[in-house]
Amino acid sequence: MTDLLRIADREFRSRLLLGTGKFPSLPVMRDALDASGTEIVTVTLRRIDLDSPEPNLLEFVDRDRYLLLPNTSGAEDADDAVRLARLARAAGLSDWVKLEVTPDPRWLLPDPVETLAAAERLVKEGFTVLPYIGADPVLAKRLQEVGCATVMPLGAPIGSNRGLKTRDSIAIILEQAEVPVVVDAGLGAPSHAAEAMEMGADCVLVNTAISVARDPVEMARAFRLGVEAGRAAWRAGRAPERAVGEGAEASSPLTGFLRGTA
Amino acid sequence: MAERSGEILLNGRPRILTPGQSLAQLLVELELDPRWVVAELNGEPLGRDRFGSVTLQPGDRLELVRPVAGG
Repeated sequence: MTDLLRIADREFRSRLLLGTGKFPSLPVMRDALDASGTEIVTVTLRRIDLDSPEPNLLEFVDRDRYLLLPNTSGAEDADDAVRLARLARAAGLSDWVKLEVTPDPRWLLPDPVETLAAAERLVKEGFTVLPYIGADPVLAKRLQEVGCATVMPLGAPIGSNRGLKTRDSIAIILEQAEVPVVVDAGLGAPSHAAEAMEMGADCVLVNTAISVARDPVEMARAFRLGVEAGRAAWRAGRAPERAVGEGAEASSPLTGFLRGTA
Repeated sequence: MAERSGEILLNGRPRILTPGQSLAQLLVELELDPRWVVAELNGEPLGRDRFGSVTLQPGDRLELVRPVAGG
């Protein structure tokens, strides 16, 4: 059974995208990437600290196996985001970009106006643009119209691990979507990922829930299973929910011989 | 803010420039592996294939960046 995720001109078997932040060490991160089955990992660009150079992340990410998805973390407006994306592309990292514009450091909620402006510019420059957004169906549609490869609505504020707090809005986004929908941010447990996938999300992006777990590698495996379970459930078509007033419906036949008179 | 000759601004800090130095030579001096370095010169991204041919000039603003872990 092939059930491939298509983003732009690429196909992927895994529907779990992983962030690389906040792992206890780079070897643990490498093992977690492996256990998750992911094929797309996010990275970010930072000024090199010339006084105390750190180990090189890319020595722990096999680029033959994983597509690097540079994000524009730190961008406070469209200009910042475009600058970061161009840098990443010039450096040969990727012409794919996870567009995030988050001027407010407290909530890290994406700025919809700047995100849309940056997306239009980046699409025109030939980037494959995956924008991180609040779960706003109108914005998602606009981003789709300007040529974004996906939309990435958040489930809950980033790093909050609270799950699908934006469920109803994501349902509308899914109904309208002509590009893959990536639920990004806020998913704290494999059950949250499964829930998003059961709703019909095309994939999810997880970072904190895995990287700060007591055992990140085992949690990566758990998320892999959660995503696979949710996807299989969506493909299978879940049984309809009955309202309380409709009562129960037995799965075993109740007619029978115990009280039969015939 | 008068620019002193023979200096570049490297990651926001002044640095004495060795005359005629290429970016590739500067990276050697800084003990940075060029495979992992992303460079921006005077606001423009610089592809790795140009590291050897670009000669740094006094007053240049050079940003050396690298991919790090992030979500």
